[in-house]
Amino acid sequence: MGPILRIEKLEKSFGGVTAVDGIDFEVNPHQIKALIGPNGAGKTTIFNLISGIYPITSGTIRFKGQKINGLKSYVIAEKGVSRTFQNVQLFENMTVLENVMVGRHCRTRSGLFAAILNSKKTRAEEKRIREYSLEMLSFVGLEAKRDEVASSLVFQQQKLLEFARALATEPELILLDEPVAGLSVPETDEMVQLIYRIREIGITILLVEHDMGMVMEVSEEVVVLNSGQVIAEGTPRQVQNNEAVITAYLGKRETENASYTKS
Amino acid sequence: MAMPLGLGNSYYLNVLVFVGIHSLITIGLSLLMGYAGQISLGQAAFFGLGAYTSGILSTKFGVSPWLALLAAIFVTGGIAFLIGAPALKLKGHYLAMATLAFGYIVYIIFNQASSFTGGPSGFGQIPRFRLGSFVFKTDVHYYYLVWILVIIALLISLNITHSRVGRALRSIHAGELTANTMGVNTAKYKIQIFVLSAVYASVAGSLYAHFITFLNPSPFGFHFSIVLVTMVVVGGVASVWGAMIGAALLTVLPEYLRAFQDYDILIYGSILLLIMVFLPKGLFVGIFDLVKKRKNR
Repeated sequence: MGPILRIEKLEKSFGGVTAVDGIDFEVNPHQIKALIGPNGAGKTTIFNLISGIYPITSGTIRFKGQKINGLKSYVIAEKGVSRTFQNVQLFENMTVLENVMVGRHCRTRSGLFAAILNSKKTRAEEKRIREYSLEMLSFVGLEAKRDEVASSLVFQQQKLLEFARALATEPELILLDEPVAGLSVPETDEMVQLIYRIREIGITILLVEHDMGMVMEVSEEVVVLNSGQVIAEGTPRQVQNNEAVITAYLGKRETENASYTKS
Repeated sequence: MAMPLGLGNSYYLNVLVFVGIHSLITIGLSLLMGYAGQISLGQAAFFGLGAYTSGILSTKFGVSPWLALLAAIFVTGGIAFLIGAPALKLKGHYLAMATLAFGYIVYIIFNQASSFTGGPSGFGQIPRFRLGSFVFKTDVHYYYLVWILVIIALLISLNITHSRVGRALRSIHAGELTANTMGVNTAKYKIQIFVLSAVYASVAGSLYAHFITFLNPSPFGFHFSIVLVTMVVVGGVASVWGAMIGAALLTVLPEYLRAFQDYDILIYGSILLLIMVFLPKGLFVGIFDLVKKRKNR
């Protein structure tokens, strides 16, 4: 079995600014892989390209061997790629359960006419949507909050709700954009456990994260980006000792010393 | 609404028929505005397209009013689809401008295509609905006909709002990009609900044509589009019940305010202002909240 996600010569420019500059990497099935790099390295842009939010400039994105660049976002979701967002993006005025039920949309069929007629079949499907969504809520531990309005949840719960909604789409690959940003140390531990459990049910994980402790703990492989290019790839241990990575994060030793002497 | 006979007076019955016709339009508009979060400032044009298609087919081509109503649904729905497909890619103010322009174009056509529409002076002698030998001719007949259709429209709308599609529409309102990423074909649902709201307005237009039996362009202009949006907002934008309450209030209120003669517009405006200031979620939700507060006290 080949890689579940293969990115080849991916480029994206916004006007004259090249945000992603010829990137290649692969994600293998059932892997937990991380994209890291300083701010502005192009991590979130890559996520937005994979999920079809922006059109790519050139290159290819393949999911299970099939080209997905150029497809609409909702089709990419149907194919089995879901995600969470860096700044939590919930349907704020809807309840917790309804948020997850929207995630179930792409695995169900009843259209406008079915809704108008509200037949037995439609009601049965609605019941299945509700049950599946409740299962996802209990998977992330939010079932007690099901009837609350999404915007009333505390931050960690909002993040968990985004996970439940993404899982309701039955993804094979899930993109997590800074899953532990803004969380306390114990909350981060809980989130890490949840990520392991998601992998256990057979879902591949690609994540972007700035919390290096967390990244080095959960990821089997890390891709390091800088200025829209891949500067290193390997196991957490390999990239930690990579000269180019250290330079990208900390600057060159000479300049560092120079700036010290200056001040 | 169940017993119009108690009212006796045909004038009030006439007003109630109009409340029903306006409710049909606002129920559709509230699906579009309150659920999908899209605005239309051209809804009077769909109302007019329904009325004129129905009126012209039945008067000039001898089509039965029922068939004309059905044909109007397809004509208006088709035009809504053609307009909506490009226009619904726009957001917020731009969508408002596009629908406003569409409404204005249709209004000009009603005025200019005089060989069909009779131009600014319009045309009359539109046949009434009939069932076998029974002819719908009095206000009572139309009262029942209109309100039966309102109830059907209401049931359809409630079914939609409580369905998978209704949830998708609300997710579009809350965050279109997110909804798309989570697997909702947002473009498809926006156009579907836009067409449906146009169909509601078209049916209302056909009822109007065969009730008044005379058509001219003036009720279908920009002003009425704004009145319709106001009805939805005053009633409560996120509820089809609110849309009906808004339609009722804004249809009945001007009639009562006639007693104040020159001051009627002033009082009308003040009432709308007070509602929006003190009940910003609209009358329907607003009154619920007030009752709740009183109980909790």
